[in-house]
Amino acid sequence: MNEPVIGILIVLGGLFSAVAGIGILRLPDVLVRMHASTKAGTLGVGLIVLGAAFHFDGTLAVAKALLIVLFLLLTAPVGAHLIGRAAYRSGTPLWEGTVIDERDRMREGRDPGGRTGPDGKGSEDGPR
Amino acid sequence: MNVLSDSTALDVATALTLLGLVAASVRLFLGPSRSDRIVALDLITVLLIAISALAALRFDEAAYLDLGLTLALVGFLATVAFARYVESEPAAGQPARSADTSETAASRLPPEATAGTTAAAPSSWPHGTSSAEPRGQAQATDEYDGSGT
Repeated sequence: MNEPVIGILIVLGGLFSAVAGIGILRLPDVLVRMHASTKAGTLGVGLIVLGAAFHFDGTLAVAKALLIVLFLLLTAPVGAHLIGRAAYRSGTPLWEGTVIDERDRMREGRDPGGRTGPDGKGSEDGPR
Repeated sequence: MNVLSDSTALDVATALTLLGLVAASVRLFLGPSRSDRIVALDLITVLLIAISALAALRFDEAAYLDLGLTLALVGFLATVAFARYVESEPAAGQPARSADTSETAASRLPPEATAGTTAAAPSSWPHGTSSAEPRGQAQATDEYDGSGT
């Protein structure tokens, strides 16, 4: 019904989908690649399905397209969280340029024989 | 409606989505770890929803949206199942980071129970949860080549 809007939406969605593919191919780490996969991929597919929702006239088709967008927005963060937790816990090596590993620091602070402060007592400000 | 079906915007969007799909397939093939393959498979499923929506536009057929809806539901279930599988079995040669909570099933198993599946693992891998593990270590297994790319 509204061809220029549909064209702009699906071309933008295609651009974001291509960026997601290039990102998952070029980025260095599992946890970094998930940025491209979840955010750019979800946005690109959501724009394309939204363009399809603008195209059709029937209420059922529009409801299906909006349901696809709703399920994508609901399931993408949950799936990304599960993949990230599984990747970290299964011991996948992180990138060499990783700045901080919060869980590693927490475990060292909890360990009594681990890293202590410069004066030898670092246990009271550790996360407990 | 026939104005859209032979317009170039649909072709451009299809070509760009196929580019992303090919790139995700290359990542699925290359690897290097199982988590990378799961991320690539998740992206492939999400991009197939886009392909089905573009097919619905191209052929002016709303039934392709049902395909996209089914893919969105089933793909999420597949992602959850693969993620739980990877979490329950750490990769060979890489110690699991489960020192405190020990919720993963592989840390509860005795070493001889998993020796068949992780034949290339060193003998001390269930105990490799000390905090002095260097990260980015290059273990020469077929699962990960240490290049990080």
